[in-house]
Amino acid sequence: MEDTTDRIARPWGARAPYGRHETWPTRVDTFLAQGVEPGAVQRWVQSASILHSDGDAMDVAVADGRMVGVRGRDADRVNRGRLGPKDLFGWQANASRDRLTRPLVRRDGRLVETDWDTAMDLVADRSRALLDSRGPGSIGFYTSGQLFLEEYYTLTVLARAGIGTHHLDGNTRLCTATAAEALKETFGCDGQPGSYDDFDHADVIALFGHNIAETQPVQWMRLLDRLEGADPPRLLCVDPRPTRVAEHAAVHLAPRVGTNVALLNALLHETIRHERIDRDFIAAHTVGFEELAARVADCTPKWAAEICDVPAALIEEAAELVGTTDALVSTVLQGVYQSHQATAAAVQVNNLHLIRGMLGRPGAGLLQMNGQPTAQNTRECGANGDLPGFRNWQNDAHVADLAKVWNVEPETVPHFAPPTHAMQIFRYAEQGSLRMLWISGTNPAVSMPELSRMRSILSQERLFTVVQDLFLTETAQLADVVLPAATWGEKTGTLTNADRTVHLSLKAVEPPGEARSDLDIFLDYARRMDFKDKDGGPLITWDGPESAFEAWKRCSAGRPCDYTGLSYAKLRDTSGIQWPCHDRAPEGTARLYTDGIDWAHPDVCESYGKDLETGASQEVVEYRSLNPDGRAMLKAAAYLPPHEEPDEQYPFQLTTGRTLYHFHTRTKTGRAPQLNGAAPDVWVEVSAPDAERLGLGEGDLVEVAGRRGSLRGRLRVTGIRPGLLFVPFHYGYWDTGGGSGPGPDTPGRAANETTVTDWDPVSKQPLFKTAAAALTLVERGDGRPSPAPTTTASAPAAAAVPPTSGGPAARTTEREPAGFPHGSEEGAR
Amino acid sequence: MNGVNLTLRTLHRGERRLAHELVTVAERHTTEHEVHHVATDLARWSREHVRRLAQTAAERGVRLGEAPEPSSDGVFATLREKASEAVVHRPEPGLLLLRDLRELHVAAAENSLHWEMLAQAAQAAQASRDGGLLALASSCHPQTLRQMRWTNTMIKNLSPQILTSL
Repeated sequence: MEDTTDRIARPWGARAPYGRHETWPTRVDTFLAQGVEPGAVQRWVQSASILHSDGDAMDVAVADGRMVGVRGRDADRVNRGRLGPKDLFGWQANASRDRLTRPLVRRDGRLVETDWDTAMDLVADRSRALLDSRGPGSIGFYTSGQLFLEEYYTLTVLARAGIGTHHLDGNTRLCTATAAEALKETFGCDGQPGSYDDFDHADVIALFGHNIAETQPVQWMRLLDRLEGADPPRLLCVDPRPTRVAEHAAVHLAPRVGTNVALLNALLHETIRHERIDRDFIAAHTVGFEELAARVADCTPKWAAEICDVPAALIEEAAELVGTTDALVSTVLQGVYQSHQATAAAVQVNNLHLIRGMLGRPGAGLLQMNGQPTAQNTRECGANGDLPGFRNWQNDAHVADLAKVWNVEPETVPHFAPPTHAMQIFRYAEQGSLRMLWISGTNPAVSMPELSRMRSILSQERLFTVVQDLFLTETAQLADVVLPAATWGEKTGTLTNADRTVHLSLKAVEPPGEARSDLDIFLDYARRMDFKDKDGGPLITWDGPESAFEAWKRCSAGRPCDYTGLSYAKLRDTSGIQWPCHDRAPEGTARLYTDGIDWAHPDVCESYGKDLETGASQEVVEYRSLNPDGRAMLKAAAYLPPHEEPDEQYPFQLTTGRTLYHFHTRTKTGRAPQLNGAAPDVWVEVSAPDAERLGLGEGDLVEVAGRRGSLRGRLRVTGIRPGLLFVPFHYGYWDTGGGSGPGPDTPGRAANETTVTDWDPVSKQPLFKTAAAALTLVERGDGRPSPAPTTTASAPAAAAVPPTSGGPAARTTEREPAGFPHGSEEGAR
Repeated sequence: MNGVNLTLRTLHRGERRLAHELVTVAERHTTEHEVHHVATDLARWSREHVRRLAQTAAERGVRLGEAPEPSSDGVFATLREKASEAVVHRPEPGLLLLRDLRELHVAAAENSLHWEMLAQAAQAAQASRDGGLLALASSCHPQTLRQMRWTNTMIKNLSPQILTSL
């Protein structure tokens, strides 16, 4: 059976219902550029998506040295052949005419083209001069969640052992830092406990601030297929927006933003009060239950109802749902991670699973999700404010072990304080102690909070900025040196998704012009800097992706994220494999903690933990006395109100977020015609009662102003929670007349003009979900609808708006194989 | 029981002072965002301690004052915030920040010792009528210790960069 579907209009495609404990049927999604017949494809090259954290495996179609399409890999455990809209259409951006093809350097205030030697010598000369005059603390690196493992690992070695700086972090600080921190606080160590396969077995799936329909559309297809099959799961949705998940939920809670801890404490209160707990599991595997029970003793649904502004009866219903099921899967994402008290809230979800004994077996899974495609690699390679391989910077034995792997003295690797997080790196740049910042694969001039501040930091004369990217982004426009990078499909490497599945992504085509892979750029820099190990040999001993992967395997050996059982050849033969993968688990590991808590012992844990309210670090002595046997830790937290509350001048709460059709700051998705057409410009969502009260309607041009800045967009009236505004964060200035920011003729367009510089003191993840704002009319609409998609959480509440569609250019083939060719997947068992 | 009343009074003064100092430091370092926000949150704990101390003292017939307002300094608060914004691009305020964190730590340490004394006195007198005192000390003292841990952590994390970049 073969069919074509407009996958902009129907983003999740056709349904393939399946029952509980059955295997998710395969369906191979294929999209070829218009005019390309299947027979014209000369090669299919193995890869996986880098436009979200799901890790959808795909093959890239190549004809005459060009990418001409993509096809889902039916053999893969993650997506079983399916692709989401960004997977299907995003690749086209690679061939954009405005790709950077030569290095640029700033001369007399302007960026001009130059050759690689000139650009790299400039970077190396400045690095050496700063090392001599100001020391390693004057140099910082800000990387991405979109490079490959091999690139992060190389960057980590050169930054931490070559330069010897503390200042290396990723933009993963904005998307996944809380996932890592929450796992460290509870389990002593990072590492996703659950598996996507748990969706096949779950009875209740609770999604906390996780709009999975738009962040991981392929897993949403899986849930939709289960919802239409036998013994479907019941969903709990916690989200202030009318998402697709909310539409399908058995219970939907739309709390006031910034109140997650209150809500979760009430769920824990009910779970304990009704004795819906697994006392044996608690006794065998946890510490801290008595304190947790005491701390939530007063957190009744009635108490939380006041704070969260949701009915107490609905909280009780939600508590019953998660408290009485025999198979609970919970997922957590940005609604929790980008709110204040991020870690405290995420940890309460861990607590719910621990006291209910919902861990380490099929359908009893915990997924602290990631935002970006390779965020997991940023974390495990030590490019995200941690040491590589989840080693503990406070544990001298761990540092010595790492130094041995790198053949350097332990003192070479800075570990006198935690690695500097991104928000603090930018602060050091602001106050002038950091003089060189190398930004790879990310666009802080649009993605960071409080953009006027960000632009003022990046455009300082005294700060030498190097930007490595595909396009002349808003950030690149402010740089001193711009390095043209090759991207996905133009280079080889591995990437690991949110459920620990490692994929290989092979080079399919040549990069444009003189663009080079990020790995080659880092290796070139390391050679120019002549970094040495303690015996005078080269610090970095590899020269390409596969040898970098082999080096990483040695660094990961014996650690929780053990890659030693993997190789490029194995990944090529079998598609995605979940770490840890070593000689005792050669096929990988579906779930962590199937037989107790492995990595929380004081001698092996990645972190001794922090105070969930202040972020203060604990020392080993405290950790040892609290958790001598290395169990999971039940940590309680009291609710604190958000720092910025609405007032007379700024009467709305403001939250930002993503839409299905775009990624990050749209550098790629904005250049893919189908995706750009589906959501071409910024919009503002408001609730129907608020719109009516203010006399505003669909398509009106409005201004959203906060204490720090403002933006303009066309209004969309939706079923969003009253009192709350939503603005998507993808839109910047590269496709306006303004260049890198607003100007006299370019009003604010980026959501982050209005957001606040404030972060969770535990995970250091900035707040994008709790700001206060005012909404005013700029100009009445002219009858044209808001550019917001109608297919997603931004669907109009009532107004008749033409439905979002992609037309013939978005027709995608969905092929459902007659038989079931791949018996090796776990769901079949 | 004059010793207990004296300790309550001293602690009341110390917590009032710490609440005020935390808010002042938050205002003086608006551009050090984590310090600004967490110090503001921590001031809340000290204000609550002041309130509960006053309540307990009143039950013993001793009158102590109210907690200070979150920011009672009006124009001075604004001045501090503006001053902080004016030097946003300078490294030198880092030294002032370290000094302020040190002072906060010392103030919290003094309070901690007074909580210790109060708890000890309460235990010695428990046979009579001071169960409430012990409960007060055991509920407030841990937060004072957490205030100290926070200042210590911030000093540990920030001082390497501040002190090696001047």
